[in-house]
Amino acid sequence: MDPITSFFHMGGYGAYVWPSFVITLVVLGALFANSLSFLRAGETALKELQDEDVATEDEASDEA
Amino acid sequence: MLHRFANPTRFLRLSAALLPWTAGLTLILLIAGLFLALFGSPADYQQGETVRIMYVHVPAAWMALFCYSCMAGASAVGLIWKHPLADMAAKATAPIGTCFTFLALVTGSLWGKPMWGAWWVWDARLTSVLILFFLYLGYMALHNAFDDPTRGARSAAILALVGFVNVPIIKFSVDWWNTLHQPSSVVKAGGPAIHPSMLTPLLLMGLAFTTYYLWVLLLRLRAEIVAGKVRAVRLRRAHG
Repeated sequence: MDPITSFFHMGGYGAYVWPSFVITLVVLGALFANSLSFLRAGETALKELQDEDVATEDEASDEA
Repeated sequence: MLHRFANPTRFLRLSAALLPWTAGLTLILLIAGLFLALFGSPADYQQGETVRIMYVHVPAAWMALFCYSCMAGASAVGLIWKHPLADMAAKATAPIGTCFTFLALVTGSLWGKPMWGAWWVWDARLTSVLILFFLYLGYMALHNAFDDPTRGARSAAILALVGFVNVPIIKFSVDWWNTLHQPSSVVKAGGPAIHPSMLTPLLLMGLAFTTYYLWVLLLRLRAEIVAGKVRAVRLRRAHG
């Protein structure tokens, strides 16, 4: 067996070793992505609200 | 000291400075840890190549307990001093701890099948970690079960504190009961019973998971603060 095949073979335990590492990276990556989109969604919502506030203040000053 | 950093505005500034450091450290430690875990460490004389599962399983289990302890500690601070940032820290920790507990269970199962011949056994260690997983889920469900966020935070904090009794049970389950799970080999009297070639990648992965926790915690805390501001603006409009 060449070294690369034997590396992926993991002494016959490849079917247990590789999924462990892949699942770990996928779960940690997904949690990071979820946290980032949670933050971005909040920032977008806050910005929209602040822009609306500025707009209504402008209207109020126009009326005055 | 605590109050200096516990102010949300000051926290936003401090966390912005810390975020790139936690991100960079996580990636460096993770790459070094994975490299040593997969290439730079030997197979076990008894368990063969399956021992490599240890490098993700053990740090994930450490973090499952560490995150729960942080969540319970922050919950206590939130309950006693009514500090909003402490409640947010507990809330932000819960999903991270849930993921680590899930990973400990799944990778443990993937290690158990070839070594014990079973995906799952109802023994003390495995069962108490499964309970930890449900405690995290219960905490998050309770936090979101109330219209008033402060009542949700209070109820969830009490659950986190009551559930903390499970943490020492998990830690000592391998000594108190006969279990299939092996006892600790790193944190034990007389020093670690594990060769440096295996201890180094294990500790690197443990550090990588710790900085990952800090990184994602800072992100989620910032997200909680922003979400709180959005809620406050909407409430002010609804009543104004």
